[in-house]
Amino acid sequence: MTLALPSRKTRQASGRPGFLVYGVLVAVLAASLFPLYYSFVLPTRDNSVIGDSALTLTPGGNLVHNIQRVYDTVDFWLALRNSLIVSTTVTVCCVLLSSLAGFAFAKLPFRGRNALFLAVVVTAMLPTQLGMIPLYMLMGKLGWIATLKAVIVPALVNAFAVFWMRQASEESVPYELVEAARVDGCSTLGIFWHVALPAIRPQAAVLAMFTFMATWNDFMWPLIVLDPSVTPTVQTALSSLASGYALDYTLILSGAAIGVLPLLLVFLLLSRQIVAGVMQGAVKG
Amino acid sequence: MTVTETRPGTGAPMAPVPGRHHRRGGWRTRLTRFDLRYTPYVLIAPFFVIFGVFAAYPLLYTGWISFHKWAIIEGDQGWTGLHNYQLLFQDSYFWNALLNTTLLLVFGTGVQLLLALWLAGILNRKLSGSAVWRAGVVLPHIVSVVAVSLVFAQLYGFHTGIINDVLSLAGIDRIDWQASRWTAIPAVSTIIIWRWAGYYALIFLAAMQGVPRELHEAAMLDGASHRRIFWSITVPSIRPTVIFSVVMSTIGAMQTFTEPQLFDTQGTEGTGGSDRQFQTLMMYLYEKGFREFNAGYAATLAWVMFLLIAVLSGINYALSRRIASKD
Repeated sequence: MTLALPSRKTRQASGRPGFLVYGVLVAVLAASLFPLYYSFVLPTRDNSVIGDSALTLTPGGNLVHNIQRVYDTVDFWLALRNSLIVSTTVTVCCVLLSSLAGFAFAKLPFRGRNALFLAVVVTAMLPTQLGMIPLYMLMGKLGWIATLKAVIVPALVNAFAVFWMRQASEESVPYELVEAARVDGCSTLGIFWHVALPAIRPQAAVLAMFTFMATWNDFMWPLIVLDPSVTPTVQTALSSLASGYALDYTLILSGAAIGVLPLLLVFLLLSRQIVAGVMQGAVKG
Repeated sequence: MTVTETRPGTGAPMAPVPGRHHRRGGWRTRLTRFDLRYTPYVLIAPFFVIFGVFAAYPLLYTGWISFHKWAIIEGDQGWTGLHNYQLLFQDSYFWNALLNTTLLLVFGTGVQLLLALWLAGILNRKLSGSAVWRAGVVLPHIVSVVAVSLVFAQLYGFHTGIINDVLSLAGIDRIDWQASRWTAIPAVSTIIIWRWAGYYALIFLAAMQGVPRELHEAAMLDGASHRRIFWSITVPSIRPTVIFSVVMSTIGAMQTFTEPQLFDTQGTEGTGGSDRQFQTLMMYLYEKGFREFNAGYAATLAWVMFLLIAVLSGINYALSRRIASKD
């Protein structure tokens, strides 16, 4: 910077934001948090508050009873177990496969590399949800309808993840180390395992969190291809809680609260990394 | 998107590692050469195989099915050419769903991106406790869309929802939010905005942090206002990110399903209210394909959506290039 010291006036203008900005931020934060807060208040009340004309914003004492009712209505343990199996499998496989592919695209020379990577980038733009009908038929042919495989296998890879891990390898894996390991007689897989993987672990962790959360929250495909009475996931179990004619809101929201709790805990523990992860993933302007 | 050609580091000192010897045996050399040449393909193969079988092939096959009378269970009932397309373009439910999706795109995604830009502008200032604000705005994105949609459906309830309670405190009559398109679409839009504005705000913020501060400070010395600097310097500087976000969120918005699906608390199986007042294209696809098992018609709808998304992405790309480069 070659500028002279700013005058008092400009220092004020460019300095720390005033009360107005913080006021706006508090309002935004309140708007972000209120529906969440509310979704944890209702499960602690009984259904009489729903018909009440007064606003109900304080917790009551019915939480245990409501949670009990959730487990009486749907097999929520099974739903939680299924969601856990699906999300964990998808996360582990997706992160591993995309790390391998990303490493290859970033650090290994091979013919057609640029063209193949361009193909990955283009596929990231495809609305693959629109292929659901043939995909459903394919699942029928494979005999996978109503099994967890139908949800797991198509989610094992995605273009964005490959793109992300390529970026990570590009930035974090030093060429010198790859070459040195090669000279030492290390195989390509050995280089990946001993050199690349330790270096890209932070970005892989961020991808893992996002994949886990997205899979946990997936709704439409599990709704179509699974049978909620045999293989519920948390999300389809919730929607079947909400499918009666007379809606039992405290019941539904109790289920919703249980289903959100694991993610919320993960988020509170890891929010710093998640935020940093979103920031890293952005396309640089 | 450019792929930078990376070359092996040349100046790297490679110290000999003690205790390691190279056996220059024939099979070993051949194995190494094989490893060097083919392992990269093995590493990228899973992506292309799985993506090809479970994403690319179904997407293409959708186009083929759309030229047939085809039921999900019975299978192919014969080639009908463009018949499904003719039916679709005369189908008032299709136009209804297209209108609803377009309105959601404008009110939901449009507002959400503008809000995100504005929020990013605020978060980009020197704030105390910035980590808290950032985590706070992205939190809604983490929680389940199903839970959120159910909570919002409750908030928008006619007799019992908090939103009507607040409105009645202000002397406004209770609104039956689900009753018509013009109340349901704004309500569903708020769910979408709530979930995504913070997420895109962080993406914009990340890009904004790459904008050189000198530009900002020079404009400040010239007496430009915060607003002017934001629209004339900051936003044009993050053009690629803006374009990327507009295109990606458009693709997402065209496929809106969960929020309006669950906003309908009567659970009318994808019709979006008794008069389809908030049925989206994706809900109509779900209804045709997985409630009526009419694969041919649903595939036609999917393929038309695919073309619409391609055209829209192109228009968006062109528009946001122009808008974001104006200064």
